[in-house]
Amino acid sequence: MFADYSWPELGAIFAMQGFAGLILFSVFVLMALGLAIIFGQMGVINMAHGEFMILGAYVTYLLSNLFADYVPALFSMYFFVAMFLAFIASGALGLFVEWALIRHLYKRPLDTLLATWGLSLILQQVYRSVFGAREVGVSIPDWMMGSLPLTDLIEIPINGIFVMVLAVSISLGVYIMMFRSNWGKQVRAINQNRVMAGAVGINTEWTDRLTFGIGCGVAGVAGSAFTMIGSTGPTAGQLYIVDTFLVVVFGGAASLLGTIASAFSISQAQSIMEFFLSGSMAKVLTLLVVVGILMIRPQGLFAMKLRK
Amino acid sequence: MTRSSFMTRKELIGFLILAAVIFLLLPAMLDSFRLNLFGKYLTYAFVAVGLALCWGAGGILSLGQGVFFGLGGYCMAMFLKLEASTPENTAIQSTPGIPDFMDWNQLTELPVWWQPFYSLPLALLAVLAVPVVFAFIIGFAMFTRRVGGVYFAIITQAFAAILTILIIGQQGYTGGVNGITDLRTLLGWDIRTDEAKTTLYFVNGVLLFAVLLIAQYVRKSKLGRLLIAMRDQEDRVRFSGYNVANFKIFIFCLGAAFAGIGGAMFTLQVGFMSPTLVGIVPSIEMVIFCAVGGRLSILGAVYGALLVNWAKTSFSEAFPELWLLGLGGLFIAVVMFFPNGLAGVWSEQIEPRLTKLSKRSDTATPKRAAERAPAE
Repeated sequence: MFADYSWPELGAIFAMQGFAGLILFSVFVLMALGLAIIFGQMGVINMAHGEFMILGAYVTYLLSNLFADYVPALFSMYFFVAMFLAFIASGALGLFVEWALIRHLYKRPLDTLLATWGLSLILQQVYRSVFGAREVGVSIPDWMMGSLPLTDLIEIPINGIFVMVLAVSISLGVYIMMFRSNWGKQVRAINQNRVMAGAVGINTEWTDRLTFGIGCGVAGVAGSAFTMIGSTGPTAGQLYIVDTFLVVVFGGAASLLGTIASAFSISQAQSIMEFFLSGSMAKVLTLLVVVGILMIRPQGLFAMKLRK
Repeated sequence: MTRSSFMTRKELIGFLILAAVIFLLLPAMLDSFRLNLFGKYLTYAFVAVGLALCWGAGGILSLGQGVFFGLGGYCMAMFLKLEASTPENTAIQSTPGIPDFMDWNQLTELPVWWQPFYSLPLALLAVLAVPVVFAFIIGFAMFTRRVGGVYFAIITQAFAAILTILIIGQQGYTGGVNGITDLRTLLGWDIRTDEAKTTLYFVNGVLLFAVLLIAQYVRKSKLGRLLIAMRDQEDRVRFSGYNVANFKIFIFCLGAAFAGIGGAMFTLQVGFMSPTLVGIVPSIEMVIFCAVGGRLSILGAVYGALLVNWAKTSFSEAFPELWLLGLGGLFIAVVMFFPNGLAGVWSEQIEPRLTKLSKRSDTATPKRAAERAPAE
């Protein structure tokens, strides 16, 4: 399959596809971070994760319209406000869902899976009733349009770079929260030994709720970032759910570094294969390889010792 | 007596009532079109019964039962499609004698792996064998490495996604997103007429009862008790010297075989097979059929499949927007408030009251039989 291309062309193809892969990588990281917090640290399967992302995307959409109508002068900056509000909105919904639903089901992980699937159906229908069945797109500020020409053959879209920067900063943010903050310490303590963590005075119930809320909030930010590279529809969240779970499981559920490494390898493999095969076959092959590796090594790339 | 160990009197009554509903009540009440619809719902019951064994008894939640349903259905559809694509029927194609979608996708020759489906015995064998082999590979890889619970659910869900993408992507070989359509005859017997559909409904019912009896046998056998033991205390069963993985693989394969039969009957009764029945969404809906009926009860699974699908058809005809809300609410309600589904409601709420009632007066007996059918 390489014979038809000359060497510089091949180099450019790999560079361009590699960059497309980097954007996909950022998308995967953004999607998976929230899930890695919720699934990795709490062991809760949240099938409605995609819908929390879409909530963030719709918040961004509403805000872009609001800014365009009322404060056009600040339009170029609306995105940062939107990201913050997306975090608040998704996080608040997450807190509520944990209180109403998840906390009753901690002992029954498979039932959590079904209940959150039900939640995702309800949210989808709510989005459809409120925002309509058609996909909506936000207007991107001018400074995010266009692309940077790197060489004659290679061009890089600016919104792609922006999403990458976002992915890196949010990963850093999550890392700091997880390993430097008091909350992160409590979450890790509970993950290691819930009873002892409670015995030394950690409010495990509240920490669980907060963890779920923060995970959902991060999903909302991810959804907000997605509006920069694609449109949003009521069922868009469902498309991502398998990819996201595979990324997290493949990385080793409890390891943030593993999540990032697996997002990187899956996205690069997929986007480079996409150039030579059809998109669907690239996807099938990537998923098959991931599932195949998971069958041989169920604990994922970066396994952490966990108490059952 | 061997009979009583196979089925208690209460269970026998349950089986007989279900038989009366399927073979007498529904055919008497419904016209041919509606009966065909209920036949379609009953094909999902095959999957739900398999799930009652895997998930309810064994604790193995598969979110990929649609894969096995689809594989069974596609095996049947390939045979029917080849029979429908005679050179005379397809004379207008540039390559007569191959299925129409292959011709549209510039294929000039039947792929080798389609060839066996010219023969009905081989196709019927494939309906069972393909899902089972597939389930065996997944089960062997996962269970011998002691992967279970949510990880197993996620991996099976990934398989549902992979197969759907593959079927849609390989249009020339699989019919793509439209699936395999325009199926006409089974060995010359037209399956599109009303009489054929009614006959197929009864064939479907008989097969369902065969599956139910197998499931009942498994439940009452030592294997069934081991499954429940494994679900509750897997390590203890292992320490008692049993090979846990083998039992799990067996029950998973059995569930896959049931689903394959259901898929084949779906193709025969509905007249097409498409990737919309394979993917993530239908697979997880099949779990809710089982959950609504009561995950421990094989008869409940049949009622669950009938009820949820019936509700889906009537609700989405009347209020299309409300159906998803209703289905979502159903998922949450079943998990939060009725973890044992309708069968649980029956045995915990209704049955004790009925016993009280029948003790009070002897005349309550005929009333009891009348109340039972709608209650489940």
